Amino acid sequence: MAINTTSMLPAALPTSPGPISGDLEVRIRKRFQNPEGSFILNVHFRALPGFTILFGASGAGKTTVLDCIAGLTDPDEGRIAVGGEVLYDSEKKRNLAAWKRRIGYVHQDLALFPHLTAGENVAYGLHALSAAERRQRSREMLHSFAIEHLRDRRPAQISGGERQRVALARALVTEPRALLLDEPLAALDRPTRSSLISDLRQWNQEHRVPILYVTHNGEEVIALGDKVIVMDGGRILAHGQPHEVMRVPRMETVAQLLGFENIFNSTVVALHEDRGTMTCQLGIGKMELETPLVRADVGSRLRVGVRAGDLLLATEHPRGLSARNILPGTIRQLEQRDVIVSATVDCGGTEFEVHLTLAARDTLQLGPGKSVWVVVKTHSCHLMRM
Amino acid sequence: MNWEAFWLTVRLATIVSTLLVAIGIPIAYWLTYSRWRWKFLVEATVALPIVLPPTVLGFYVLVALGSRSPLGRWWESLTGHTLAFTFEGLVIGSLLYSLPFAVQPFAASFGAVDPKLLHASASLGHSPAQTFRRIVLPLSKAGLVTGFALSFAHTLGEFGVVLMVGGNIPGVTRTISIDIYDQVQMANYSSANWTALVLLIVSFVLLSVVYGLNRRPWTVGPWR
Repeated sequence: MAINTTSMLPAALPTSPGPISGDLEVRIRKRFQNPEGSFILNVHFRALPGFTILFGASGAGKTTVLDCIAGLTDPDEGRIAVGGEVLYDSEKKRNLAAWKRRIGYVHQDLALFPHLTAGENVAYGLHALSAAERRQRSREMLHSFAIEHLRDRRPAQISGGERQRVALARALVTEPRALLLDEPLAALDRPTRSSLISDLRQWNQEHRVPILYVTHNGEEVIALGDKVIVMDGGRILAHGQPHEVMRVPRMETVAQLLGFENIFNSTVVALHEDRGTMTCQLGIGKMELETPLVRADVGSRLRVGVRAGDLLLATEHPRGLSARNILPGTIRQLEQRDVIVSATVDCGGTEFEVHLTLAARDTLQLGPGKSVWVVVKTHSCHLMRM
Repeated sequence: MNWEAFWLTVRLATIVSTLLVAIGIPIAYWLTYSRWRWKFLVEATVALPIVLPPTVLGFYVLVALGSRSPLGRWWESLTGHTLAFTFEGLVIGSLLYSLPFAVQPFAASFGAVDPKLLHASASLGHSPAQTFRRIVLPLSKAGLVTGFALSFAHTLGEFGVVLMVGGNIPGVTRTISIDIYDQVQMANYSSANWTALVLLIVSFVLLSVVYGLNRRPWTVGPWR
């Protein structure tokens, strides 16, 4: 594989800051199912106290990772440890039951107990304490999450945002050794979400536990601004600060490139990190494209996908255009499909499919054999590993 | 109207359905959560009394309770009399006869509890037993009431098993349905009519409670 992901793994495993660390260490291998079929989940990372974001499209295996850490499902092999205590180790045949792990887990559906009031839900995890202590602790927690007024109401009687607060408070009051959040705030509007996040950060100032925060929303990753692990198809693609990982466009998966009319094999010939772009040479010809920068080395082979509808045709060489790729070519054929005209343009041995309107075809008097320029915007180029 | 037979039947049905709550919950728990591959055989066994002619069930119970079986001999050595043709024997026969009417609603309601709630409970440090007591049982109230009412009503109307196991001893094993049969045999239609009507009304009221309870999926029960 030409893409430099494996060599990034050491960066994903920072050395622990001290002997009494609450780090969450995860090494999992597990076959898992998603709607697209069966995958091998194979991840290895260490989460330090504080936020770590698990980012990836749905079906990437994020929830399976959390389920393994919480003990709700078993990996096929691997090792999971938190704060030095081993929760799971396939070699040593150790597998601590979920209810003994002391891992807080807030699921997207929240799973509040419908027959208990908000106060009872929050106090639920404190069953080992005396009744008085339980009341005291849950009252403090309700207070710090500003939901005291909901104490005697059932989940069905409170709003969505309030329910999220109750679910978070319920998990936090037990003082877990690590906290797993599976898109618990996905359904919230932005202000509500950021106020909850700041509550969570404040709580973690005192407790200093690893918080794994799962999301498929790139904006949320930027907004949270913490360390991020990018997952796809059961593997970790990248690991680092959001501005390092998210600034560069993500590699596309096969499924995402389905439906692209133009897919070319290419070779990376130059990286322009200062401009956030790189130059790729298409096929065997001399045709070069400027594409967004992804994590790839010069000489690595990538697949470039461009939608036919994202391409422009010009009958004269365009000037003063922001688009970076202007490729001379010749129309090979025109085909009318309903109200779309599909033009096949040969650019030095590489054929592009370009979609036009009927009016554009008629105004430009396009026809087979006509010389044209194909205009490709840098950010219309989508890149995929080969 | 034979009130002696009526109260005997109510006493039998109360004892049987109460015992079935105690016996049925662990069985239903196992049927809901076990991943044993041969579980379906146990499920089929539990459901047998639904389809088996009561006389067949009654016959086997009678044989099992009689002095030729180990169970019958053990009981005889303990108490000095046989189980057959006694109220206790009737209770045992009725327990088997009404078992599926308790276990099936129990298991259905346990199985309807969202697994995410069970996961949440485990993540909050509760053992499976604690989770069952604090989450599954409270959320299965409607199923528990249904199972109790159905096994009560079913025991109330049993005939074949009672006749085989209990015989027809007034005040001991003569239940209401046997009494009706006796009245009809003696051409005593008006008495049979009254007794039958009482049984009809009681059964209807019980079933109305059951269907009223299950009219919509209560998350907790109507008395929240």
